[in-house]
Amino acid sequence: MRMRTTAAIASAAALTLLTGCGAADMTKQASPYANAQGARTVTLSVQSWVGAQANVAVAQYLLEHELGYRVDTVQVDEVPAWDALSQGRVDAILEDWGHPEQEQRYVEDKKTIAPGGDLGVTGHIGWFVPTYFAKKHPDVTNWENLDKYAELMRTAESGDKGQLMDGSPSYVTNDKALVSNLDLDYKVVFAGSEAAQITQIKQFAKEKKPFLTYWYTPQWLFEKVPMTEVKLPPYKEGCDADPAKVDCAYPVTPLQKYLNADFAEEGGKAAEFLKNFKWTTEDQNQVSLMIAEQKMRPEEAAKKWVDSHESVWKKWLP
Amino acid sequence: MATITATPRKAAPPGILTHPAVRKLLILAVAAAILVPLAVTQWGGTTWPAALTVDVSEPLGKASDWIIDNRDSHPLFLYFFGHVSNVVVIAVRAVYLALLAVGWAGVTAIGALIAWRVAGVKLATGTAVAFLACGLLGMWVPTMQTLALMVVAVLASVVVGALLGLAAGLSDRMDRVLRPVLDTMQVLPAFAYLLPVVLVFGIGVPAAVLATVVYAAPPMARLTALGLRGADKEVLEAVESLGTTARQRLLTARIPLARKELLLGVNQTIMMALSMAVIASVIGAGGLGDRVYQALASVDVGAALAAGIPIVLLAVVLDRVTGAAGERLGESGKSPLTWLYALAAAAAVAVAGRLAGFLDWPEAWEVDIAEPVNRAVDWMTAHLYSGVPVIGGTADWAAHFTSWVLNPLRDGLQWLPWWSVLLIVAALAWLIGTWRTALTAVLAMAAIGVLGVWNPSLDTLSQVLAAVAVTLVIGFATGIAAARSDRFERALRPVLDVFQTMPQFVYLIPVVALFGVGRAPAVAAAVVYALPAVVRITAQGLRQVDPAALESARSLGATSGQQLRQVQLPLARRSLLLAVNQGVVLVLAVVIIGGLVGGGALGYQVVFGLAQGDLATGLVAGAAIVCLGLMLDRVTQPTERRPRKGA
Repeated sequence: MRMRTTAAIASAAALTLLTGCGAADMTKQASPYANAQGARTVTLSVQSWVGAQANVAVAQYLLEHELGYRVDTVQVDEVPAWDALSQGRVDAILEDWGHPEQEQRYVEDKKTIAPGGDLGVTGHIGWFVPTYFAKKHPDVTNWENLDKYAELMRTAESGDKGQLMDGSPSYVTNDKALVSNLDLDYKVVFAGSEAAQITQIKQFAKEKKPFLTYWYTPQWLFEKVPMTEVKLPPYKEGCDADPAKVDCAYPVTPLQKYLNADFAEEGGKAAEFLKNFKWTTEDQNQVSLMIAEQKMRPEEAAKKWVDSHESVWKKWLP
Repeated sequence: MATITATPRKAAPPGILTHPAVRKLLILAVAAAILVPLAVTQWGGTTWPAALTVDVSEPLGKASDWIIDNRDSHPLFLYFFGHVSNVVVIAVRAVYLALLAVGWAGVTAIGALIAWRVAGVKLATGTAVAFLACGLLGMWVPTMQTLALMVVAVLASVVVGALLGLAAGLSDRMDRVLRPVLDTMQVLPAFAYLLPVVLVFGIGVPAAVLATVVYAAPPMARLTALGLRGADKEVLEAVESLGTTARQRLLTARIPLARKELLLGVNQTIMMALSMAVIASVIGAGGLGDRVYQALASVDVGAALAAGIPIVLLAVVLDRVTGAAGERLGESGKSPLTWLYALAAAAAVAVAGRLAGFLDWPEAWEVDIAEPVNRAVDWMTAHLYSGVPVIGGTADWAAHFTSWVLNPLRDGLQWLPWWSVLLIVAALAWLIGTWRTALTAVLAMAAIGVLGVWNPSLDTLSQVLAAVAVTLVIGFATGIAAARSDRFERALRPVLDVFQTMPQFVYLIPVVALFGVGRAPAVAAAVVYALPAVVRITAQGLRQVDPAALESARSLGATSGQQLRQVQLPLARRSLLLAVNQGVVLVLAVVIIGGLVGGGALGYQVVFGLAQGDLATGLVAGAAIVCLGLMLDRVTQPTERRPRKGA
C-alpha cells in the first residue's frame, strides 16, 4: 500500500514539475516540430491554391538561402489558419482573401494577430463562363440571362438544374446564398479541390462544352482557358455583411498578409522580411505557371524566379 | 477471439429459419399497419419531416465560439486542457528531437537491431531497408515527425487501454459497462473522432494525438480484458491454493498468462494508431499524412505516392515485428546479455553516425519519384482515361458507374418515404439479429433524421450499399476460389497481408489517378480497402465446413458446383454473414474519407466543417456518421461478433 501511495505522489510531483504548477495557456504553444536542433524556424501557412504556393515558395527560398532560417510549411485551410496563427502554431499567412469576422476577433479584440501589410496582388472572385461560349451567346455574361442557359449547363451531379462549379470547400464563397437569393435555376457542385476543378475545366474546354464556374483572378489558368466574367448585381459596401442574405458580386480585394502578434515583434529578420514581402500579379503568375503548368517543384520555380528578379527581392531583405 | 469453427453445424437449415422469420415479419407488419398511417397523416412527404428535426447547429456554433473566445482565459482550459495539451507537445517534441539527434544512421541501426532481437534476421533487414527507403524518397523528416507522434500516441493508448482492460478484466460490473462502449467504438469510422477534439484543442498536434489515442486504445482494452478473463482456471486455482494475495495472483499469474493477448493488443493498437495518425493530418498532425493530404489537394499523384510509400513501409514493418514478438513469446528466454550487446552496437552506430555527420539525410541521395510517376499518370490519363475503343476509359467507367448505379440508388433511397426506410432497417436487423439490435438500428436511423441530415446520410448510404455490393461479389468469388485451390490461396496470402496493414488514407491516391474526382473513386477505394477482410473470412468459413458433410455429399454424386451451392455455402452461412458485417463497417470508413476526393455527402460535410471552421456542420455530420455506422453494424450483425480488420 505504501509503495502505491509513494508512486502516486511521485508521479503527481513529476507531472507538476513537467508542466509547471500554474496555468498553461494552450493558445501560446508552438508546433512541437519547430526550432529543432537550434535552427531558427519560421512556420508558414500554405493554402491549397497555386498562387499561395508561389508566395510561400519564394518566401521560403529567400528565408532559407538569404537569411539562414529553416522553414516549415503547414497546409491549413483558410479559417482554421487564423486560429492556428493566433495560437502561434503558424507564424504567418501570406495571402488572405478577406475574413472580416476573424479579423474582428483576432486582430481587433484579442490582438493575437498583427496585420502584415499588402501582398501587392489584387484579388477578385466571380462567376466565369468560357470565352468561346460567351462569344456565341454574348448575353450570358449578365446574370439575369443565366437561367436561359441552365439547360446547357446540366451534368450528372447537378440533376435537372444547371451546374455552378465550385472548387474547394475551404475557399471564400457565397455561391449557395447567391444562387438562392438571386433565384437562379442552378445547383452549386463542389469539385472538392481546386485541382479537381481545374481538371474538370480543362476537360470541358477540350470538348468546347459550356460551363459556369466559380473562379478568381489572378489565376494562371486564364492563359490556358480564356474565360469571361458573368456580371452579378454590383458590389456595394456592406451588401455581403450577412452571409445568408448576400445578393451582390464579390468585392475587389487587395490581398493581405498577417503575422502572429508575438512573431511580428520578436521574429527578428524573418518578421521584418515577411512584412516587406510585396510583389505584383505578374510576378506571382510567373511562379504559379512554373509550378502548375510546367510541373516544376515549388523550390525550383522559386529559385528560377529569384535568380532573374534580384532587384525586386533585394528591397525585401532587412 | 470468436472462431467460426465452433458452430458450423448448428447453422440453421432453411426450413427452421423461415418459421421465426415469418413470425418476426408478421409482428413488424402489424406494428407498421398501426404506426404508419398515423405517421403519414401527421408528417407526410418522402424526406424526414421538418417538424421532427432539432436544429442543433445554433447551440453548437455558440459553443464553438465560446471555446475560441475563452480558450486563453477560462480556468478549465488553463488548468486542465492546457496542461494536457502541454504534456502532449512536450512529449512529441522530446521524441522528435531524440530521433533527430540520433540521426538517420542511428535510427536505422536501432530499428534493425530491435527487429533482429525480437523477430530475427529477415525482419531486421526488412526494417533497415524500409527506413533507408523513407530517406531515399526524401521523406526522412516527415517520417520522423510521424514516428514521434506515433510513439507518444501508442504509449498513451497502451497505458489507457491496459488500465481500462484491467478494470474490465477484474470487475464484472466494469466489464458490463465497458463492453458495449468498446464494441461500438470499434465500428465507428475514424473521421468521426476528429471533430470533438478539434473543438476543444484547435487544429494541431495535441488534437491529433488525442484523437489517435481515443481511436487506438479500445482494441488494447478489449484484448487485455479478454486475456485476463481467459486465463486457465486450473492454474489460477493452483496459484490461489498457495495462499497468494489477489495482487500477487494478478502480477505473477494472470498477467503473465495473458501475455499473448497483451502483445496482440499492442500490435492492434500500433496499427490503428498509424492509420489514425495519417488521417489526423486533416487536423494538423503534420508528418507523412500532411504530405499525402497536400498532394491530394493538388491531385499530385507522384508526390502523394512518395509520402504514401513510407506509411505503408512503416505499417508493414511495425506489424510484422510486433507480430513476430508475439509468436516468439513461448520460446526459451533470451539472455539479457545479447540485448546488452545489441544496445551497445546501436549506440556505437548512432555515435559513429553523429561523428561522421550522418544526421540529416543527404539531399544528394534523394530520389525524386514524383516526376516519373506523374508522367506515368499523365500517360494513363491521356490513354486510359477516356475514349479507349470498345471497353471505354476509366473515367468513362466512373461516369457510367455514377449515372447508372450511384445516381439511381441515391435517388431511389431519397425517394422512399422516411417511415419505409425505418421499416426496412427494422426488418433487416430483426431477421439477422435480435429485437435489441433492431431497436438500436431504428433509433440510430431516426436520430439521423432528427439531426436534420437525412438526405446527405442517404447519399452516403447509397455509396456504401453500392460499394458493399461490389465488394461482396468480388470478395465471395475470390474467397470461394481461394477455398477451393490451395495454390491460389498461397499466392493470395501475402497480398492480403500487405493490403490489410495499409492505412485507409493510402487507398485514396491510386483511385484519384484512375478515376478522377467524385463519388465513383470514393466507392472504388472503399471496395479495395474492404476486400481483403471479406476474402479472408469467406475462405476461412468455407474451409472450416465439416469435411464429413462434404464427403457424404460427394458420395451421393453431387457435382462440385452442387457441393458448393448446397453444402458449403449454407453451412458457412455464419461466416458469410460475418464477412458482410465486416465489409459494411470497413466500406463505411472509407466512403466517409472519400469526402476528401469529392465523395460528397457526410464525409464532405465533415471536411467542410473542418475547412471553414464551421464545427456545427462538421459535428452534426460526425454524429450522423456515428449513427449510420451503428445502424449498418446492427443491421448486419449476426449474434456473435468478431474483432475488426487485422485481428
